[in-house]
Amino acid sequence: MDWHRIRSDFPILDQQVNCHPLVYLDSAASSQKPRAVINALSHYYQHDNSNVHRALHELSSRATDAFEAARKKVARFIGAATEVEIIFTRGCTEGINLVANTWGVQNLRSGDVILITGMEHHSNLVPWQLLAQRTGATLKHIPVLDDGTLDTAAVEVLLTEQVKLFAFVHISNSLGTINPARELCAKARAVGAVTLLDGAQSTGHMPVNMVDIGCDFFVFSGHKMCAPTGIGVLYGRYALLESMPPWHGGGEMIASVTLEGSTFKEPPHRFEAGTPDIAGVIGVGAAIDYLEAIGLENIQRHDTNLSNYAMQCMSEVPGIRILGPQSGHRGSLVAFHLDFAHPHDLVEYANTYGIAMRGGNHCTQPLMKRFKVPGTTRASFYFYNTIEEINRLVEVLFAARKFFT
Amino acid sequence: MPLSDDLRDLYQQVILDHSRNPRNHGEIPPPCLHAHGDNPSCGDEIDVWLRLSEDGQNIDDLKFTGQGCAISQASASMMTQKIKGKSQAQAVAMREDFRRLVMGDGTPTDEDSLGELVLLEGVQKFPQRVKCAMLAWRALEQALESGRA
Ligand SMILES: Cc1ncc(COP(=O)(O)O)c(C=O)c1O
Repeated sequence: MDWHRIRSDFPILDQQVNCHPLVYLDSAASSQKPRAVINALSHYYQHDNSNVHRALHELSSRATDAFEAARKKVARFIGAATEVEIIFTRGCTEGINLVANTWGVQNLRSGDVILITGMEHHSNLVPWQLLAQRTGATLKHIPVLDDGTLDTAAVEVLLTEQVKLFAFVHISNSLGTINPARELCAKARAVGAVTLLDGAQSTGHMPVNMVDIGCDFFVFSGHKMCAPTGIGVLYGRYALLESMPPWHGGGEMIASVTLEGSTFKEPPHRFEAGTPDIAGVIGVGAAIDYLEAIGLENIQRHDTNLSNYAMQCMSEVPGIRILGPQSGHRGSLVAFHLDFAHPHDLVEYANTYGIAMRGGNHCTQPLMKRFKVPGTTRASFYFYNTIEEINRLVEVLFAARKFFT
Repeated sequence: MPLSDDLRDLYQQVILDHSRNPRNHGEIPPPCLHAHGDNPSCGDEIDVWLRLSEDGQNIDDLKFTGQGCAISQASASMMTQKIKGKSQAQAVAMREDFRRLVMGDGTPTDEDSLGELVLLEGVQKFPQRVKCAMLAWRALEQALESGRA
């Protein structure tokens, strides 16, 4: 693979920040966009823009076709059985809230258990806290071990028949841990629990397949996999979607409306009230085409090489503590704590050398408490990053050590 | 590697020294006034503890505990040194001077009175760090207010 040519597909990367070449190491927060995606958006607005599913004119049918074609693409991309299992949302957060407010409210009662893990992003924690308050269900979590993996012994104890829903992250955005999704979903199925997998950090970084993983719900955000912000996907097994009440009411989601009441469309449209982010959906389609042309296996291999190399070099910085699995199988990010600089001071320092990283709690406050750190600095990688950029990061970490001690 | 001037101004040696070796660090046993301040977006936390004189006019003792970035910790440390022994009214005036210094909106009324704290002027160039520099001062204000309630 010619990774340097692939990198040149991302116009934003070719710039100077604070008089240094930009080193973008914050893709776990949001990825950059290739020209193919930017052009698809611009083409849509220049040639086909109009509302979907509403008018009979040429532009509307073009927009509708492109929109529904993207839905098919997403279904194939994540190995869903059919495209009617694909609901467009604003992102992971909205997808999880949709499930909590529809399936959750319909199915949870006092005495039921919602099981999550100690490494969830706030977006896969707060909606369940709200749901538990509303329904009287109890929220429990699987603890995280010191090495950043889930306590598998606790899974056996906590995953009981009281558990109605097991929601967990596929790849932790704060640790890099890759959870054994397929195995955990099988265990949940065995006790009759419905599963929701947060695919924010896995989708677009590795092949994902719904049928193979065997989850009931899956969410991801377009912006972390080369697509625009503001668009995401909720996958739901059709039998579940069909049984769920609507969440938002409005246009697009109804079958018929009288002043007295309404009937609703079948999924996925039942859950897509109002004019959707049409350009965003088309952008997701373009991003999928782009990623598939490179190949998800290739992307995963390159990501893994980068993070293994980074782990190796960064562990030589005196005073560093890298969170999460120390070797092998991990996502493409390295989150760390330095005994000589607070994350915000380090991020500020690195920024003056053109390096973009994120410092803080990464929307996982309970996890920071668990590891007794005020926050961490996170360097996250995607296939457009290079070994040279990691070398640059390590050089800056050594310089920071001199500066702050 | 050459460092930018702005960064050098932000992290002057004195500031780094205060963050590494904070002065007046610790709690004051009751009776005392206390307030907790935090910046939820970045996780910085500071607790301010103070004891007033018998007539309630003067801040006889002032200490802090907390964790966070170099700017929030240094600002707290320098604040305690500066404010200890001052009157409540002087403390409120200094807080305002300091706020104007780090926000860069107009010259402080009495730059001399801020003393070493003027070294934090470099924060002006880093608007996101203003809340770090102000954290201890907000807690100080709250602690004083709790005494008036
Ligand atoms: C693991 C994980 N879950 C959920 C989210 C939330 O995604 P979004 O803000 O796009 O809804 C993120 C992104 O920050 C994440 O990393």
